[in-house]
Amino acid sequence: MIAALNAALAVLVLALAVWTVAARSTFAATVGFVAYGLVLTLVWVQLQGVDIALTEGAIGGGLTGAMLVAAAARLRDTEASARAERPGLALRIAAACVAACVTAALAYAILALPEPAPTLAHLTADNIASTGVANPITAVLIAFRAMDTLLEAIVVLFAMIGVWSLAPDRAWGGRPGQPHHADPDGILAWFARVLPPIGIVVAIYIFWVGADEPGGKFQAATILAAMWMLAVVAGLADAPPVSRTWVRLALVGGAVVFLAVGAAGVVTAGAFLAYPDGYAKLLIKLIEWALLPSIALALALIMAGAPERPER
Amino acid sequence: MTATPGGLLLVAAVLVPFVGVLAGFALGGRNAQRVAAVTILAGAAIAAAIVAAAPDSGGTLVYLLGGWPPPLGIALRADALSLVMIPAIAVVILGIGVYARADFATPEGVREARAPLVFWTLLLAIWGALNLVFVAGEAFFEQVALELLTFAAVPLVSLDGKAETLRAALRYLLYALSGSIFYLLGAVLVYGTYGTLDIALLGERADPDPATLVAAALMTVGLAAKTALFPLHLWLPPAHAGAPPAASAVLSGLVVKGSWFLVVRLWFDVLPGVVTAPSAELLAALGAGAILVGNVVALRQERLKLLVAYSTVAQIGYLFLMFPLAFDAGAAALARGGALAGGTLQAISHALAKAAMFMAAGLVYRGLGHDRIAELGGVARALPLTVLTFAVAGLALMGLPPSGAFAAKKLLLDAAGMSGRWWWETVLDVGGLLTASYVVLVLAHALARPAGGAVEPAKPVSRLSELAALALALGSLALGFAALGPAPFDALPKPLAAKEFGAALVTLTGGAVLAVALGRKLPPLAAGGGLAAAVRRVTVPAGAAFVRADGVLRQWPVAALALMLAAIAFAATMLLGR
Repeated sequence: MIAALNAALAVLVLALAVWTVAARSTFAATVGFVAYGLVLTLVWVQLQGVDIALTEGAIGGGLTGAMLVAAAARLRDTEASARAERPGLALRIAAACVAACVTAALAYAILALPEPAPTLAHLTADNIASTGVANPITAVLIAFRAMDTLLEAIVVLFAMIGVWSLAPDRAWGGRPGQPHHADPDGILAWFARVLPPIGIVVAIYIFWVGADEPGGKFQAATILAAMWMLAVVAGLADAPPVSRTWVRLALVGGAVVFLAVGAAGVVTAGAFLAYPDGYAKLLIKLIEWALLPSIALALALIMAGAPERPER
Repeated sequence: MTATPGGLLLVAAVLVPFVGVLAGFALGGRNAQRVAAVTILAGAAIAAAIVAAAPDSGGTLVYLLGGWPPPLGIALRADALSLVMIPAIAVVILGIGVYARADFATPEGVREARAPLVFWTLLLAIWGALNLVFVAGEAFFEQVALELLTFAAVPLVSLDGKAETLRAALRYLLYALSGSIFYLLGAVLVYGTYGTLDIALLGERADPDPATLVAAALMTVGLAAKTALFPLHLWLPPAHAGAPPAASAVLSGLVVKGSWFLVVRLWFDVLPGVVTAPSAELLAALGAGAILVGNVVALRQERLKLLVAYSTVAQIGYLFLMFPLAFDAGAAALARGGALAGGTLQAISHALAKAAMFMAAGLVYRGLGHDRIAELGGVARALPLTVLTFAVAGLALMGLPPSGAFAAKKLLLDAAGMSGRWWWETVLDVGGLLTASYVVLVLAHALARPAGGAVEPAKPVSRLSELAALALALGSLALGFAALGPAPFDALPKPLAAKEFGAALVTLTGGAVLAVALGRKLPPLAAGGGLAAAVRRVTVPAGAAFVRADGVLRQWPVAALALMLAAIAFAATMLLGR
């Protein structure tokens, strides 16, 4: 039964991938991609990578999917000209052959990998006690490889600055995106009233259990960002002007706390990003609490787009 | 593995610029520029402290982040190579920071403007990311560094907000991310084989098994795409030519060195016994192709900034010539030595000279209101310092003594030994001649009499910016005095020998002849002469053919195919060579 389910998942993932590549219209490809992300989430669950499944569902399928849908909507007018640039048959056949070669080499390499796969899991298990958390993923992300996570919190900001850099100069400092208007009694507005309270609770739960069970700040932040964007799209809330001091401070807050805890480690625990004995879990929670709102806001603002409405 | 004294400085070199990004972004407005100024000074001091601390640690600084040793944790490690790159990059950043003050000041009466905020924060971001590339001790951590670098670099391309630069930025982003996918796929295969991505551990463990070979090919090609190594250069000319000059200087002088440095790390430190002689020769052959095509197409450009951008395509080629020269046939592995020293010197020399050249081109544009090469007449009188900067940077790029590129060339030729030396000498000399040709062409136009009376600058240019550009150009030209420094540089010929000046004269004359033969539009004094006209009837179509070939290679479908074909070719050469 499980084997049949797994086989069905594998076939479905491949079929959706082919659909996404082969689909003629951008929108159809986007739908294929979102569905692909959802099925991939199930695949990760089957592989017992629940943390990865949550991330794939929230960021790979959800957040990226929402951004792609928005982009596809904006690209509707250019669809015809993009199709006119389609390469000829010979070129497409050549591309298929070359891509098949690369795929074959990859498949060959993956089949040649040693069994059982070498892993650092036992090393993580041996050292996890000193971090005070029970979820090994969290221990890796905020203790053993904390610098990776710190830099990833910073790269989200770079991406956001990149999105903002596309603003027209006259709109700089103003509100992102176009204003959204929806029927206040319509289904969208109804969803935007009902869903966010549930979403916020789910997000906080996923965040809270992250220390010991699968979950954590990135997934929770994505859900929070999605709830907020739902309210924005329904016209019930509006994105803040990007020049507001509180926006700037909230965006950098998580990284600043992370850096400060890391620097304090030099004095109290002998190394940058080391935690003194007995305080590890407390400090890890502090970092996660600080990162949650910063990442949620950054993701939401990336989705909202460049400032387009000058502030009066 | 243990931490060494001074290791904490490596953390500072990476994070101080990032703290500058956060502070400048949070405080906003004019503060972004002030924070950048303070951060650049602090970062330069840290770079100096790192160099000063190195001898006490046996020449290699190590820091264990969080106190966790690899493979569980991540180490920062600065070896001899990093210790050269960190201060060199700091000098270029300092020069660009001074230069950009005039271009990216927040205008009066505005609290905050878009371009200055984005430029000053991302300049620091690029610096921190580059320092991380130089000191990261692990292959996945290097991927994080590369992503930081790419995301900080792409917005600089489209700072002026025009549709065409936006297109160039998108092209850069998409192609660079394709490169990332290749690199990441390779890193996954390496982790799946060895259970670690730590560079020092992998250097001991890596074997030429099938998965590692495929990984090496994928990672090399991914990095080559991010470096714009010919024929994977579709994104570079529009991106580097379209960005504002200070941003072009960052992108061309510094950013491409990040992914190049990772190729060096990968080949010399991670997989020295996995790569083979034929694969190293393939890398150098692509470099030779870059030198030929990049230089000829540069000579055929109408606009100065595009010329300088194509010159970068060519100069990137030089950076890959060292790989076969460093191949030790006895040990069947890459060995550090003169060739690596030459390649590194080449990279630093180019970083300084190319930043200076883009700055000079930017000042010409600002002064004249255009950068059409054929209409540069009189600019030498209007902006003498800037034209001098262009000339000095040009001399440094063509590898004349006492430039760093000259010393690098000698180191490479020494490493080539007697066998096969003629081939390397030919590549390097032809490259030098072609570089000389477009520098001479631009200078001939700049020195020519203006078409309609004297040229008045359309807009005043900042003297400080002119001096910053000149300082970087002179720095590149003076790098050859490294010959007076420690090994392996002490074996270099002294740059001021009379014989070298004779060779320099030959390069310049040959360059002038090539410019007459291939140049797009000649300045009035060279246009006459029946012989020149007869030669040009043959040579100009040949030059135009190069431009057409480049145009084909820079189409999306072709460039995407080239990416995959290059991966297949590298995998094949790595299999065949053993």
